[in-house]
Amino acid sequence: MEKIYSKKKDKRTALKAKPETVEFLLAYSKSLKITEAKGIKFESNLN
Amino acid sequence: MEVQIEDSQLVSHYIQGDERAMAVLINRHNSRLTGFIYSKVSDRELTEDIFQDTFIKVIRTLKRGAYNEEGKFLPWVMRIAHNLIIDHFRKNNRMPMFNATESYNIFAMMNDDGLNVEKQLIKDQIDSDLFKLIKELPEDQQEVLNMRLYKDMSFKEISDNTGVSINTALGRMRYALINLRKLVEANNIVLTN
Repeated sequence: MEKIYSKKKDKRTALKAKPETVEFLLAYSKSLKITEAKGIKFESNLN
Repeated sequence: MEVQIEDSQLVSHYIQGDERAMAVLINRHNSRLTGFIYSKVSDRELTEDIFQDTFIKVIRTLKRGAYNEEGKFLPWVMRIAHNLIIDHFRKNNRMPMFNATESYNIFAMMNDDGLNVEKQLIKDQIDSDLFKLIKELPEDQQEVLNMRLYKDMSFKEISDNTGVSINTALGRMRYALINLRKLVEANNIVLTN
């Protein structure tokens, strides 16, 4: 017979990174530019 | 019905310059990754730092065009986080400082846990033999074994990533180990240090 697994409700709120952290990462992503010259990749952060 | 864009598609949109794709990826895996990091470090602030460093690495790798499409996105991100966690523990596991006196010499109590050259060579040989043996296994067993042993993923995570039930993942792991033992015997390999 198949086992039935009932899903228990988790009363804790899910652990998540803070919205500020996510915002920072998205801003970092937008500001990061990679340029390539003579085969070498350069990173620049334009704030 | 809402259609969910796959991670791989989002990654390729992001590489092509669509910044919104990164927002979706971060939000999609936020809880999972945070939970994974917290389960290892048990510190909320540190979890936040490692989460941030993980995605900084992800963003830099993707923007530099150095992302290898071979694996799936989430296991790759988890691997980065896992390495950062290890780095953190290594950095914070330094020996406390003692001053040697005539009656007390710290070097009499200290052991070097690192491998010497001979042991390192043996370990490398074992790793290389094991790697070759793993390659002999059926692909589904290889996948589970790699995720479990090298990516330190739980069977629940393996099940989610491979789309099979936890029992199937457990079964594949079991057969992978049985088959590995058979291969070791068949090839007369001694996997001990």
